[in-house]
Amino acid sequence: MLNYTLKRLAMAVPTLLVIITLSFFLMRIAPGGPFDGERALSPAIEANLRAAYHLDEPLVMQYLRYVGNLLQGDFGPSFKYKDFSVTELIAQGFPVSLELGFWAILLALLIGLPLGIIAALKRNSAIDYGVMGTALAGIAVPNFVIAPLLALTFGVLLAWLPAGGWNGGAWQNMVLPVIALSIQQIAYLARMMRASMIEVLGSHFIRTARAKGLSESKVILRHALRPALLPVVSYLGPAIAGIVTGSVVIEQIFGLPGIGRYFVQAALNRDYTLVMGTVVFYGGLIVLLNLVVDLIYSALDPQIRYDD
Amino acid sequence: MLKIRRSLLGALALSTSLFAAPLYAETLNIGVAGELASFDTSQVSGGVWESQVLMDVYEGLVKKAPDGEILPGMATSWEVSDDGKTYTFHMREDAKWSDGHPVTAEDFVFGWQHLLDPENASKYAYMLYPVVNAEAVNTGKKPLDALGVKSLDGGKTFQVTLNSPTPYFIQLLTHYTAYPAPKHAVEKYGDAWVNMNNIVTNGAFTPVEWISQSRITVTRNPEYYDADKVALDKVNYFTIEDRNAGVSRFRAGEIDILREYSSSMYGWLKDNLPEATHMSPYLGSYYYVLNSREGRPTADKRVRKALNLAVRRKVISEQIMAGTFLPSLSFVPKGIANYDVQKMQLSDDMDARMAEAKKLLAEAGYGPDNPLELTLRYNTTDEHKKIAIAIAAMWRPLGVKVNMFNSEATVHYQTIQEGKFDVARAGWIADYNDAENFLSLLYTGVGNNYGGYSNPEFDKLLDKAAVTQDAEKREALLEKAEQLAMDDYALIPLLYYVARNLVDPSIEGWEDNVEDDHPSRWISFTD
Repeated sequence: MLNYTLKRLAMAVPTLLVIITLSFFLMRIAPGGPFDGERALSPAIEANLRAAYHLDEPLVMQYLRYVGNLLQGDFGPSFKYKDFSVTELIAQGFPVSLELGFWAILLALLIGLPLGIIAALKRNSAIDYGVMGTALAGIAVPNFVIAPLLALTFGVLLAWLPAGGWNGGAWQNMVLPVIALSIQQIAYLARMMRASMIEVLGSHFIRTARAKGLSESKVILRHALRPALLPVVSYLGPAIAGIVTGSVVIEQIFGLPGIGRYFVQAALNRDYTLVMGTVVFYGGLIVLLNLVVDLIYSALDPQIRYDD
Repeated sequence: MLKIRRSLLGALALSTSLFAAPLYAETLNIGVAGELASFDTSQVSGGVWESQVLMDVYEGLVKKAPDGEILPGMATSWEVSDDGKTYTFHMREDAKWSDGHPVTAEDFVFGWQHLLDPENASKYAYMLYPVVNAEAVNTGKKPLDALGVKSLDGGKTFQVTLNSPTPYFIQLLTHYTAYPAPKHAVEKYGDAWVNMNNIVTNGAFTPVEWISQSRITVTRNPEYYDADKVALDKVNYFTIEDRNAGVSRFRAGEIDILREYSSSMYGWLKDNLPEATHMSPYLGSYYYVLNSREGRPTADKRVRKALNLAVRRKVISEQIMAGTFLPSLSFVPKGIANYDVQKMQLSDDMDARMAEAKKLLAEAGYGPDNPLELTLRYNTTDEHKKIAIAIAAMWRPLGVKVNMFNSEATVHYQTIQEGKFDVARAGWIADYNDAENFLSLLYTGVGNNYGGYSNPEFDKLLDKAAVTQDAEKREALLEKAEQLAMDDYALIPLLYYVARNLVDPSIEGWEDNVEDDHPSRWISFTD
């Protein structure tokens, strides 16, 4: 197991290098640069800016400089948010996104999984249709609709909770964004859990278990649940990486200082260093979580073993 | 509890004056549309929201009153030499940075050099180009100390020498590029002087906390010379990029002032929050650039005139933008100081206009067999899209075929700077309250002259205005220049911007003004 983990971590290095290289050059190919805006710059001022950010050097030099700095843990300065380095921006924003994401995932698991199991057990009943219909609506309604509705209803009209703001992470400020973040995940998880549970319940070993005369609850909990969770777990890896790195929509609507907005804004601003920083960070997180997923797999399914 | 405090303060304000010393802690929460780029004014990116924060924490040689009028700031008085080229400012003797260090002319010399230092690569350095040698310094051709600024009498006098008399120079001093920089702090901390632990400022407030993308907090600067007349103890600037979310947070009472609500909400706000909803003229021009470069159909003046004739500005203003932009026939927006806008001469009779437009296009060689085909570019937002579609529809009866392209702002401006378009959306918000700030965009060869308009006579008028000290003569020259450009149909003036703010009715000291500048030092709460 340890060997396997180390091997996987070692393999992450070339993966990340490919990600870095691709995104570095793709970003430079994109039309427009960090200094293009409503107001045209005079050639002299633009030359000053290019020199200050080393954009006047050949592209390959810039690339080597970037990778060199990265190896020393330096993501460079942001082109746009000048009083912060990229490392500082991520360090300040990630805990916020992580905290929101953690609660959203937890909520989604606690609600989505039981709903999916119940729907599978009561297949084609009113409960099943009700749960799946609601889940479909949850998937179909985008969060840029749900979030303002929540803010309007609970923040403005009922005035139970703040309509926005972070307020140092007070729980009142977290309730609405966590709900908005989790609704789609609840829906996905419920649908996925239902489908996978139905498939497992139709398999031979479940029939055997039932034939042995086990109670239905034992059949579900001891035999069906673990294999049924496998597809959910493999979905959760990348999903968690996506959620804990924030959502631009939720952050903008609730005014939260997470890192989700950087993924979009940095690209729009051509903030080269911030784009690279977020991509490398996200890439690293995906690699890590995929590894965790694979390790959980072996715990859930005895047929999967990584020992060599 | 807060209500009681405010009514106490209100009673006090009534009994004494607006600027009565406050008894209780008061916090103002402002929603701004974007994030400040930096507290180092040489690094600011140019968003209109940035000046709100900066004008609260810094003060230049002059400052602004609630109505936008210019008042003495760090300088208590000044003289201009007879040739209009030398300004001598007498510094305020009790002015201090927030750490108690005195503000002297040295800090202005240093601040302006800092802005123009090529190593600092300031985007807005050109604002100070009227100063002797500023451009040479900024391009690295001359050393920093060649800049035409001096600290005299041990820092009590600040002297500026200009290349030519610049009648709008005092207006220009209200811009953040003309703020001082704390020499002692920059020398001590280097680039890290802007960190919250190190920063010192000379305005009514000083920054204490910055959570990127969420909130900047400033508190009253006890060293500020007028600190006892500042009613607020604390101001929070919340970054609110989603405009509808801003309205929700305003309604929930979480913010007291929302700078810029979305134009589509104006109708609802006016009906439901009439006392809080402000809308007033603003020094901004929304226009379509016409590409005058050789080889473009719009290089033909008849085509430019026909396109102008067919646009119904009132329809765009009233029906499409719900009254949140005002129809315009001039490039310089109404309300600019010491200036009468010069309008494009178009009759009110729309049928006659369309007939004339058709005739002009036919003369230019366009007709059913050879329809005029135009590339129209705009940067992607809902507002720009609606307007572009409407205008294309207004041109359709002329047989004009419009190919629309939209792209994000970065790509849009790069493309139109390269001249790859026939018609393109653009807008300009005044940097300072002077017609020159707009008209110079039509000067031959200037970077922001996207359409490549070039008229030697226009350039001559602007050159002459630049060296004319007599205000009336200068105004006449600038007006003549604008009329010339309008007669050339150099662009399509469409709309004047308006300032849209939500202001809690319990706030005093807020006045709508054409530059939409509202320093928090004048603001207080009453009930």
